[in-house]
Amino acid sequence: MTRLFPPLVTLVLILGAWQFATGPGGLPSYLLPAPWPVAWAIWDGLVGGAFWPHLGFTLTATLTGFAIGSVSAILVGALVAESRLFERFVYPYLVAIQAMPKVALAPLILVWFGFGLASKVVLVALICFFPLLVNTITGIRGADRDLVEMARSFSRSPAFVFLHVKLPAAAPGIMAGLQIGIVLALIGAIVGEFVASDRGVGYLIGSATVNMNVTAMFAGVLVLAAVGMAGSAIIRALHRRVVFWEADPRLPPPSEG
Amino acid sequence: MTPALALDDVGFGFPGRKVLEGVSFAIAPGEFVVVLGPSGGGKSTLLRLVAGLLEPSSGQLRIAGAEVRGPRRDVGMVFQKPTLLPWRTALDNVLLPAGFSRGASATERARAQELLAAVGLPDAASLYPAQLSGGMAQRVGLARMLLHDPDLLLLDEPFAALDAMTRERMTLLLQELWLSRPRAALFVTHSIPEALLLADRVIVLAGRPGRIQVDWRVDLPRPRRPETMADPAFNEMALALRREFDLVAA
Repeated sequence: MTRLFPPLVTLVLILGAWQFATGPGGLPSYLLPAPWPVAWAIWDGLVGGAFWPHLGFTLTATLTGFAIGSVSAILVGALVAESRLFERFVYPYLVAIQAMPKVALAPLILVWFGFGLASKVVLVALICFFPLLVNTITGIRGADRDLVEMARSFSRSPAFVFLHVKLPAAAPGIMAGLQIGIVLALIGAIVGEFVASDRGVGYLIGSATVNMNVTAMFAGVLVLAAVGMAGSAIIRALHRRVVFWEADPRLPPPSEG
Repeated sequence: MTPALALDDVGFGFPGRKVLEGVSFAIAPGEFVVVLGPSGGGKSTLLRLVAGLLEPSSGQLRIAGAEVRGPRRDVGMVFQKPTLLPWRTALDNVLLPAGFSRGASATERARAQELLAAVGLPDAASLYPAQLSGGMAQRVGLARMLLHDPDLLLLDEPFAALDAMTRERMTLLLQELWLSRPRAALFVTHSIPEALLLADRVIVLAGRPGRIQVDWRVDLPRPRRPETMADPAFNEMALALRREFDLVAA
């Protein structure tokens, strides 16, 4: 309760300022709508059901692309980290593609994969691939050399060392990469929908722009904010469960005995 | 009798830097040998050559008569750092040489439990390394070394990071474990008292590149105790080793 209180105070202040700015003598509603019409638009969209198909589309694109991008990033990252040969042939190109803003590829991807779900999934996968790739490589390479040597000294196979020493050592980095990835994934889906789509929250915002319907734009953005926060919170919870050995406050401190 | 470990003119180095040169000695089965030397004298390198983690640039290493070609199941090792997997319980860490609880046989699992009790951690099986103190973690390391009842023990300054009291207690625990079944051991340290509490034989390895400077028998009665350190024979030997060290350092 005491933890929730300060941010709630801030929220009330922001809503108050917002209400004041849109009040008599304030900004016209075609520039900034008042809080209540926006809240109503969200309520109406969710309860009336008009939002759901769009939200479903955006979520499908985001999560499918995120899953594909993440799994391939971990696989390619493991290959780059473990195989010198693979690294020498492929890594320079991965670095080159990483330096390029993937959003710039959106129009090309739409031409190749059509205006439907596929193009959004491809764009999302591409966008969340690279941060996780880099984190996976640094995580695996950064595995404690003493632990690796210890496992080798006990005749453990390279596969065992990878699976039980290097991969768990990379887990914190991989989870951090997923955390970045889920946020980028949502951005990718929305950009894809902006460029060309007939569905999705990005499409809703886009078509509201054409009609100068600022209230609907605000509603769409706030819904996306909620989705992004939920995604982030889920990955954070997953992080704590997967990387349980990192500074767990539930573990009592050790004593010399 | 075939020595448990035999080194014949072993050398190791990188281009432009020799770490070890002309190292020859043998360890009989059941003999506890301590290699003493200053930091950077090639002690750890020597141990890694025996463990099959490094390949010698010259000479030959044989364990029980067979040339060392890589890590062996009948050799157990303890490292300076505890090197426990933070994501595995103490029991699983002891069972690492057998592939953790899932890969281990029932006999191996039972032995791991017994070993945890033998090193003084009967209740630590389900604890994670973050819940263990430095001394406890190194006890788990000792249990892991002994899992497959190896005929050759390799110990790389295993107690160097511990406080003085814990260190002495661990040294005596190691002696006790070793006395319950004496086997060949190669123990690396730079502490003279530790060497004299454990060794049947002390080898001083020093110089650049590292060479054997001294190879002495230690004929103090066992089990050795903290009181052994007050023994005139102990002190005489410690002083003599000190002089050898100073000669090398000069």
